[in-house]
Amino acid sequence: MTRLQESESEAKADGETASDSESRVEAATLPPSADDTPEVLNRALSNLSSRWKNWWVRGILTLAMIAFFFIIIYLGPMVLMMIVMCVQIKCFHEIITIGYNVYHSYDLPWFRTLSWYFLLCVNYFFYGETVTDYFFTLVQREEPLRILSKYHRFISFTLYLTGFCMFVLSLVKKHYRLQFYMFGWTHVTLLIVVTQSHLVIHNLFEGMIWFIVPISCVICNDIMAYMFGFFFGRTPLIKLSPKKTWEGFIGGFFATVVFGLLLSYVMSGYRCFVCPVEYNNDTNSFTVDCEPSGLFRLQEYNIPGVIQSIIGWKTVRMYPFQIHSIALSTFASLIGPFGGFFASGFKRAFKIKDFANTIPGHGGIMDRFDCQYLMATFVNVYIASFIRGPNPSKLVQQFLTLRPDQQLHIFNTLKSHLTDKGMLTAATEDK
Amino acid sequence: MWELRHRGGGGPGPGGEAAAPPREGEAAGGDHETESTSDKETDIDDRYGDLDSRTDSDIPEIPPSLDRTPEILKKALSGLSSRWKNWWIRGILTLTMISLFFLIIYMGSFMLMLLVLSIQVKCFHEIITIGYRVYHSYDLPWFRTLSWYFLLCVNYFFYGETVADYFATFVQREEQLQFLIRYHRFISFALYLAGFCMFVLSLVKKHYRLQFYMFAWTHVTLLITVTQSHLVIQNLFEGMIWFLVPISSVICNDIAAYIFGFFFGRTPLIKLSPKKTWEGFIGGFFSTVIFGFIAAYLLSKYQYFVCPVEYRSDVNSFVTECEPSELFQLQSYSLPPFLKAVLRRESVSMYPFQIHSIALSTFASLIGPFGGFFASGFKRAFKIKDFANTIPGHGGIMDRFDCQYLMATFVHVYITSFIRGPNPSKVLQQLLVLQPEQQLNIYKTLKTHLIEKGILQPTLKTDGCCGQLVSSSKA
Repeated sequence: MTRLQESESEAKADGETASDSESRVEAATLPPSADDTPEVLNRALSNLSSRWKNWWVRGILTLAMIAFFFIIIYLGPMVLMMIVMCVQIKCFHEIITIGYNVYHSYDLPWFRTLSWYFLLCVNYFFYGETVTDYFFTLVQREEPLRILSKYHRFISFTLYLTGFCMFVLSLVKKHYRLQFYMFGWTHVTLLIVVTQSHLVIHNLFEGMIWFIVPISCVICNDIMAYMFGFFFGRTPLIKLSPKKTWEGFIGGFFATVVFGLLLSYVMSGYRCFVCPVEYNNDTNSFTVDCEPSGLFRLQEYNIPGVIQSIIGWKTVRMYPFQIHSIALSTFASLIGPFGGFFASGFKRAFKIKDFANTIPGHGGIMDRFDCQYLMATFVNVYIASFIRGPNPSKLVQQFLTLRPDQQLHIFNTLKSHLTDKGMLTAATEDK
Repeated sequence: MWELRHRGGGGPGPGGEAAAPPREGEAAGGDHETESTSDKETDIDDRYGDLDSRTDSDIPEIPPSLDRTPEILKKALSGLSSRWKNWWIRGILTLTMISLFFLIIYMGSFMLMLLVLSIQVKCFHEIITIGYRVYHSYDLPWFRTLSWYFLLCVNYFFYGETVADYFATFVQREEQLQFLIRYHRFISFALYLAGFCMFVLSLVKKHYRLQFYMFAWTHVTLLITVTQSHLVIQNLFEGMIWFLVPISSVICNDIAAYIFGFFFGRTPLIKLSPKKTWEGFIGGFFSTVIFGFIAAYLLSKYQYFVCPVEYRSDVNSFVTECEPSELFQLQSYSLPPFLKAVLRRESVSMYPFQIHSIALSTFASLIGPFGGFFASGFKRAFKIKDFANTIPGHGGIMDRFDCQYLMATFVHVYITSFIRGPNPSKVLQQLLVLQPEQQLNIYKTLKTHLIEKGILQPTLKTDGCCGQLVSSSKA
């Protein structure tokens, strides 16, 4: 009898779609937040039909967000860093709130405090690691900062441990499982959100172009895939997101690659985008001023015979960076959407429509940033592997902390290496 | 609706309802499901939704695995009463494990590395198996493959980062290895991405929540077990003493706290583990500090334990031979007055490392137990008695290693903060990867610095080669 009941429930569940059970279950579990669309928009669009109204709201908000993006780019790296920080905190907040709603754990003792405390600890650790590199001279000057940076890992670990011990002490008898779930939830969220945001900041310091081009490619891919899907969409792409189509996917891919090429061509001309961000001790601010590296200098490339006949040009002048931008756009269009599918799966798993209702028509901040997850990590890994090696000034700093015999050993090895390469001769050494 | 009432978490357990009795072998949410199917259709995800928000008491226990005590032991102890029998089994297994530990130490650092790796894999397997049992997700498509694949990826990433440093000379020789090292991060990331995309493609309609749970479970497990095991190996490379003293301190604390609690235990320590007492805790603390002090003294004499592990390409093996650093050279410390009166000596000669061992033992006795409480809470949360039944009388490997969690990380952070700076071979490796112009610049900076510090003597040009304190350069 019991087996029959179970198979009966399976059969019934087969027949209905996720949305059906969702509407009954969701209504009971996760009441949707209030509609956040501003009144002015509501009134302006009140006479349009619901579908067009939604389209207009989305369109207007998209333009508003893009304009906002341009404004903060104009304001400079410091403001960008702060925006990244705010987005990170808001994403963390959104995901943790979902966790609370799923597990009804809003009243668990200590847990809200602990989640924010862990966020603070992990951010402290990461900012300490990056800031020490970039603000090295400033840090060495100020005595308390110097001690904080010397024992940074130890201090961060102690802070984390305190949180861990508080968690253990806060375990309450009948809520163990819930507390462990929230602990795991918090840590996975930190892993996703905080590490990615710090990689974004690393990319930003490498040069604003490494921040702007990837993000724009992802946004462009989103929009282009939507448009191509809207006009030409026919074959569904993946069961997870029924609205995505193969036509949108492929069209978005080509459009994004072209967009990436154009955008990098335009941006590579300006120093403020291309130079690494540095902290100037004298003016106590960030500067982006340098001699552009080989990547950002126009070079002649021979066009392969195939394309020569089509375009009629023998050579083309481009920046080497544009070749890299092809790699970035390809990743953004082919693998980036997996981040979006992951988020869709997550929303279906927990029966939520959007992460939050922060942006009218679009959902929460996480909804906008889901495809960016993997992009930041990819760009960082790409830069580390193909563009630049380790940071020379950081290496010198590390060298200076070694023991004298180790320093001598390294110096001699370097010397023999350079001599082998022919870089170091008796003549150059004398200079 | 039943769903609502149960999600409120306060209602009576399913046992209290007049529904069908719990089905055998059915899911933890089984008896609850009987009610809900009669009310409305649910999919599997909903079943687990209830599992999440119900209080612990509603969740039945996971049936324990089979008892694996070997037959010989059982026969030898068949005459004793059950309590003493358990005590004897635990005692024999403890001694066995300690002897195994000594044996492997004797066999050298490479065997120790392999041992750490096997323990890590076993711990991962135990925790993942618990996840399968909790969520009945053993048959989820792809998931077992994906979990092991992620374990492989993360291990590949970590081994590549650490191994490349230590095997620098070996690696420089082989062409393919060079390629793997240079693009190591990219390759690891690509491997991880492949697993991530496979996960997304493997999402099956009614099992979304379950699959996300297992995904998160795997990642948290990787975070705990794999990172810690790599920190253990890095500590090991610093010198076997940095591996032995912390682990022995934790084991000693376990045993000493147990013995003190057995004889003197009266005041309970924490509700999570009712068997722990304050007397055991404090007694364990003092014994561990003394034990650590003595162990450090004994081990500091031998180069085998004290020297950093290096890989020699000529003999193709690990060697531990060096000039012991000041940490491991006897020094005279003048005793503070009150100790002078007690011990009636002016000064005492000890190794500076012994002072560090006090810090390590203190951490092992005061904070280490929190790792144990965490594991106890975890076991209570998921209603399991032991992580597994690998070791008769003791439970699984995780049960033995739960207090070690935080110890490895602490020792690593301690070493990097207070003992040594960055790893010299890593600095060298990164230097060799730079562009030649950058290398030249750095060479000049370093040379100036070394001359300033007097480490490098600027003399007239000679025909001699490098490698000595005297180099040829004009000031």
